[in-house]
Amino acid sequence: MNTTNMLLAAPELWVLTMACVILIVDLFLREERRGIIHMLAMITLIFAAIITLRADYLSEGLRSATAFNGSFIRDPMGDVLKLFSLFVLGIVYIYSKFYLRQFRMFRADFYTLSLFALLGVMLLISANNLVTIYLGLELISLSSYALVAFDRESKRGSEAAMKYFVLGSMASGMLLYGMSMIYGATGSMDLIQIADAISTRGGDDLLLVFGMVFLVVGLAFKLGVVPFHMWIPDVYHGAPVAVTLFISSVPKMAAFAMAFRLLHTGLGELHADWQQMLSLLAILSIVLGNLAAIAQTNIKRMLAYSTISHMGFVLMGLLPGTASGFGAGMYYVIVYSVMSAAGFGMVILLSARGVEAEQLDDFKGLNQRNSWYAAIMAMVMFSMAGVPVFVGFFAKWLVIKAALDAGLVWLAIMAVIFSVVGAFYYLRVVKLMYFDEPVTESPIEAPVDFRAAISLNGVMILGLGIFSSSLIAVCMSSFGA
Amino acid sequence: MPITEIVFYMFSLVLVAAAVAVITVRNPVNAALFLVLAFFSSAAIWMLLEVEFLAIILILVYVGAVMVLFLFVIMMLDINLAPMQEGFINYLPVGITVAVVMALELMVVVWSKGRFDETAFPVPPPHPDTYSNTKALGELLFTNYLLAFELAGVILLVAIIAAIALTHRQRTGSKRQNPSMQVRVQRDERVRLVKMDPEPRQGSQ
Repeated sequence: MNTTNMLLAAPELWVLTMACVILIVDLFLREERRGIIHMLAMITLIFAAIITLRADYLSEGLRSATAFNGSFIRDPMGDVLKLFSLFVLGIVYIYSKFYLRQFRMFRADFYTLSLFALLGVMLLISANNLVTIYLGLELISLSSYALVAFDRESKRGSEAAMKYFVLGSMASGMLLYGMSMIYGATGSMDLIQIADAISTRGGDDLLLVFGMVFLVVGLAFKLGVVPFHMWIPDVYHGAPVAVTLFISSVPKMAAFAMAFRLLHTGLGELHADWQQMLSLLAILSIVLGNLAAIAQTNIKRMLAYSTISHMGFVLMGLLPGTASGFGAGMYYVIVYSVMSAAGFGMVILLSARGVEAEQLDDFKGLNQRNSWYAAIMAMVMFSMAGVPVFVGFFAKWLVIKAALDAGLVWLAIMAVIFSVVGAFYYLRVVKLMYFDEPVTESPIEAPVDFRAAISLNGVMILGLGIFSSSLIAVCMSSFGA
Repeated sequence: MPITEIVFYMFSLVLVAAAVAVITVRNPVNAALFLVLAFFSSAAIWMLLEVEFLAIILILVYVGAVMVLFLFVIMMLDINLAPMQEGFINYLPVGITVAVVMALELMVVVWSKGRFDETAFPVPPPHPDTYSNTKALGELLFTNYLLAFELAGVILLVAIIAAIALTHRQRTGSKRQNPSMQVRVQRDERVRLVKMDPEPRQGSQ
């Protein structure tokens, strides 16, 4: 291994260094100067994005490049996902600063833990080896467990963290078990060598399928798709909104990359087997997520169930196993992260005086209180429901088109039907905002960076929809489609 | 039956029995001690595979450090097991069904012919006398698995941060010394001389 090789991991090394720097700097800061931590974290993200953009391997005419003896891979898909992780985390930080200040939780731990989680996300996106995948995943999970329990006074938060921890450990166990089976069957931990081994000895081996089942179960737990979704509503509900905002957006992109690498790069030969499993998971998630969300009166829980259904759509993109399918799935997961950040950002915006605005009723009459914020929330909801012009529509359309191209007609029909069912609870929020009388007349106040970020986030949902072709083209070309 | 096989089966039996005991005994201290036994047995099985370094590390780290710490925690906390075992009987049928089904599936996969026998995985030739297990492991860790090795370190760091973030509390009103203030103290701040007239002697009548 030489230095140019190691430079491929420069964005990760930078994030790791800065996370440690922030950890140390915080020791010497007085309480009232904690804003410096926020600035440092933002600088970290900006420079990480700049370093990621300097993709030297592309200028050498390579489609991808590996480092650390093949356990780390840089490719366009990984770079795009990393850039969006950094961007969404930046938005998350701006929203969170306002929330954490308001709820007296503005501590540097939030930033260090989430930066370590970001490191895990970036490594998982670039992982090309079973060991790296597992370690990256654990890094995200461990940081997330601690973040969920971040509000130490909150009993609900501790309970959610405990549930998350127990179920997450079980999922990791499943995943490890599957990995050991795959290793036993192929004799390698490198995904490319695994694929070679499978193609030489044939993919019908019972042991391989057995290992794959465990892998898919572990993956489903981490993505939070039915029937492995139980933790999602409780964790999203119990965690502070700033943390829910984080775990519902950034790690999803890593989970997509992990699913792609494990199932396509590693086990591409077993496509027929995993397609069946994933289509079952996808359809169950879309049905149950949308139906259960209707019954919620708590917006955090409602968005949690909506996450489950969105993850079902992401799985649908993986199903065909074609480049255009993966491109559609990647586009969906990016779009979902942006929408989810805006949705939870609005919850933060309406939270005031130590009370989280987590009930649907808190959105009543938002239009009369502030029409611009109401418009942003309406755009988020329309986009999540998949109304045309907004970006969510194009994501759903691409994914359903990919499923149709692969001949999964019944799956596409079910997805469309339950998108319409799902539109009910999204539009209910719009109705509450525009046609109901406000419960409170108190003005909505937020610092200028928050207002700028949420406006940008809302405009992005509309703008990416109107000018959707460029991002779609980027996603598709990542897979060479 | 060669001696290595006898040793292997002996230790694996002890290992399985100890593992079962860990989850069935009522006393948490006994459970921890059974876990120690399980670690010892697996270390012995590792010895049979000629991975001396890992075997010794397992005993040093897990038995020597982790389990001792664990025993401390068990003794410090007053754990009442009764409420935790309340639902045990209710969940037992479901649990046993799942366990049996999974065990059967595993047996079908692992015991089917030719999958894990000597033709698929031939016995490796014995290492020469100069072979060092520790050196081989170290070389692998710091070359092929450098990234994984460093990542494991980062995960440990996160564990430390998380533990401190979740438990550390700023105590108000705790008494502590400030050495620099103690050194800089002036005589005036500590001693106050008061001029007063001598009191008349009392109780001398």
